[in-house]
Amino acid sequence: MSTESTTGSGATTRATGVPSAADPAAPALRATGVGKSFTARKGEVVALTGVELEVAPGEFVSLIGPSGCGKSTLLRLIADLDAPTSGELTIFGKPAHQARLDQDYGIAFQQAGLLPWRSVGANIALPLELHGVERAARAARVAELAELVGLTEFVDRHPDELSGGMQQRVAIARSLAAKPRLLLMDEPFGALDEMTREYLQSELARIAAETGAAVVFVTHSIPEAVFLSDRVVVMSPRPGRITDVVATPLGARRDDGLRESPEYYAHVTAVREALHGTPTHRPGEP
Amino acid sequence: MSRRTSAILWGVLGVLAVVLLWEGYKALGPAEGVVIGAVPGEAGSGVLILPRTHDRAMPHVWDMVARLFAPTSGGSTPPLWVSVLGAAGLTLGIAAVGWVIGVVVGGVLGALMQRWRLLEWGLLPWIVVSQTVPLIAFAPIVNSMGLQLGRGGGFEWPQWVSVAVIASYLAFFPVAIGVLRGLAAPDRIHLDLLRSYAAGYGATLWRLRLPAAVPYLLPALRLAAANAVVGAVVAEVSIGMRGGIGRMLLQLAGQASADPAAPWGPTFGAIALGLVAAGSVALLGLGLRRYRRGEATA
Amino acid sequence: MSPVVVARPPRRTAPPAWARIVAPIVVGLLLLAVWILWVDVLGTAPRALPSPIAIGQELVLRGEIIGKAMAVTATNALLGLVAGALLAVVLAALAAASRPLDGMLAPLVAALAVIPIVALTPIFNTMFGASSQFGRQAVAGIAAFVPVFVNVLRGLRQTRPVHRDVLRSVAASPWQTFRVLTLPTAVPYLLTGLRIAASLAVIAALVAEYFGGPADGVGTAIASYAKSGRAALAWAFVAGGIAIGLVFFLATTLLERLVARRLPV
Repeated sequence: MSTESTTGSGATTRATGVPSAADPAAPALRATGVGKSFTARKGEVVALTGVELEVAPGEFVSLIGPSGCGKSTLLRLIADLDAPTSGELTIFGKPAHQARLDQDYGIAFQQAGLLPWRSVGANIALPLELHGVERAARAARVAELAELVGLTEFVDRHPDELSGGMQQRVAIARSLAAKPRLLLMDEPFGALDEMTREYLQSELARIAAETGAAVVFVTHSIPEAVFLSDRVVVMSPRPGRITDVVATPLGARRDDGLRESPEYYAHVTAVREALHGTPTHRPGEP
Repeated sequence: MSRRTSAILWGVLGVLAVVLLWEGYKALGPAEGVVIGAVPGEAGSGVLILPRTHDRAMPHVWDMVARLFAPTSGGSTPPLWVSVLGAAGLTLGIAAVGWVIGVVVGGVLGALMQRWRLLEWGLLPWIVVSQTVPLIAFAPIVNSMGLQLGRGGGFEWPQWVSVAVIASYLAFFPVAIGVLRGLAAPDRIHLDLLRSYAAGYGATLWRLRLPAAVPYLLPALRLAAANAVVGAVVAEVSIGMRGGIGRMLLQLAGQASADPAAPWGPTFGAIALGLVAAGSVALLGLGLRRYRRGEATA
Repeated sequence: MSPVVVARPPRRTAPPAWARIVAPIVVGLLLLAVWILWVDVLGTAPRALPSPIAIGQELVLRGEIIGKAMAVTATNALLGLVAGALLAVVLAALAAASRPLDGMLAPLVAALAVIPIVALTPIFNTMFGASSQFGRQAVAGIAAFVPVFVNVLRGLRQTRPVHRDVLRSVAASPWQTFRVLTLPTAVPYLLTGLRIAASLAVIAALVAEYFGGPADGVGTAIASYAKSGRAALAWAFVAGGIAIGLVFFLATTLLERLVARRLPV
């Protein structure tokens, strides 16, 4: 099970430089019958099986579930960081591999993953630099993105001078650098304190709305999923699979007021019930 | 007081302590040293465990220093320190050439091994074994191979090139290991990120693996410099090259019974040589400071 | 508890496990083949590089004198290694306990790490007399001292704050803290230092023979036979020197592995 061949061809597409045109009518993401298994010491481990999922352009979808349910694995498959063992993944109508080469998506992880020897600006510019965007255009885009995430005064600082929340904002700016129409986020706020977390959730909701990008967002926080998403995909382990999809249509207004509203609570309860598989009994819940 | 000045002060104190220990033992210890297990009436039996303290075995520290300013070999020859400086300079130059060769060879080997695990498995054990080969055995072979090569190709193979090649044999090892480990050092998340940007091996090497390897590379380069100096000194001696510090050391040590303070001159020279070589690499590290960010923090 | 399954793409081509054993053997055989081809078949190698077959013959024929020389060099290296390591452990413990001593030792050890130690051999020989092996043992000892000292000192400082807090909260005495926390933390570092020191001690003891002293040992033999043109015999002694180095390296590596398994820190 080697993906080396796909890794190796990465450099060649950059040389051709012409991204294949995306199908405008195609969904941002379509997964059909996607599965992934590993050979571990104790035999075959099925990490993910039978995943069917479609994400419309501009839609915000969260993947939620307990550890081992394969939500991060699914994200890695979408990003073509791993290859699925079965099924098909397309991004704007293209195979995931081609989408990666064409930079159709941006990605952010739980750790900010900034290069410590690069300044904030140089970190944001990294994907542009790798794809041969010229200096002036790069500088303009960095200024734009720093403004978007509110870090204009910090572009010349280095990551070790920033707080965790600020580092994560840089990572989000970096994921947006190539103007992707799909954002992949793997628990980007998982390591932050609650206050920073809520603040960044509001920021992300605003940024997603402003850029119009579709988002696939992995989390294990129910309130976070409900607050951000149009739909919440509930997953379950052994084997990792999708068990339910809960629509959370809370409209365009995603601010702190929303966190107090009764319909928000109703959706949180709905997702919790979907996760536990039974209606929730509040007192004495295990 | 800054940390740097206090470190220097402590260092000076440490050197003073060594000098005091030397002179203190010389003043208090027995002239013929301490022998255990000697058979009475049998000269030269037993094992000497503490050195002899008379002036021929342990000259005074001030005699060593004074000797540096006396003529090298009597008469109107230049003062010893001038000769030592010249010899140390020659050896340093040869060691530097050996260092460069070693860094290039070690760097390429390390990078190849990091890229292909099969190469690592095949080569690494032999690279480790290579360092247990006593290089004095090598010196004459390298030299005669060089001479043969020179005869065949119609050019002259100077002795110093052999010395540099042998120095590089010791220098390449830490670099190969440091590059192998250093290039594998980036966090998985950074590798994933570069992959998500569809960056090829070259771009990943240049923007991620090499910068991330700097904390591994600097100690490796310093060690390589120290090794290159050792290799150069030893190779000079075993090839019989004239003009370097190793040869001078042996020569003056041969006259030590008549002139006990003399071999200390080239000994100090050799010590200074090692310090200068390592210090130069440390200067290189200053230029790469920003790649060491996150080492202290994080 | 379900295992957390994280997808890992193969970054480096993953060859089969048996290749780990086979690859070095193949490389070794290739090197041997090139050597034999160069010396025995083509006959273009310099005279100083004899055929491995001739070296093997000398090894069998003169096994006894080679063994004797190996014993001398190995003893020097071993004595140096033990004495250097002991001194290093004691000084590292003192340096960990006392700031002033640490301040004085740190620059001295840093200097010792980069100076060519073999250059000290002539000095030791005049101090202890040319018939003494002490100079060689001292050089091996100093060479071994540096990595052991550096590693032990680092190991003694590796205890984690949370562990120290736990022991403090149960009112452990300093000696108890040392026994249950500091020592087990430092032991793996000591063994790493020993492994590095072992190879250095052998090389140092061997090379020191070149800078004067008694006329025995592997290094002296290599030098004199190489000079007198008996290349195959000189290389048989080289093989002896490699054998000493390998035994030291393997013994200390094994020790490190064994203790690492006992002490899952």
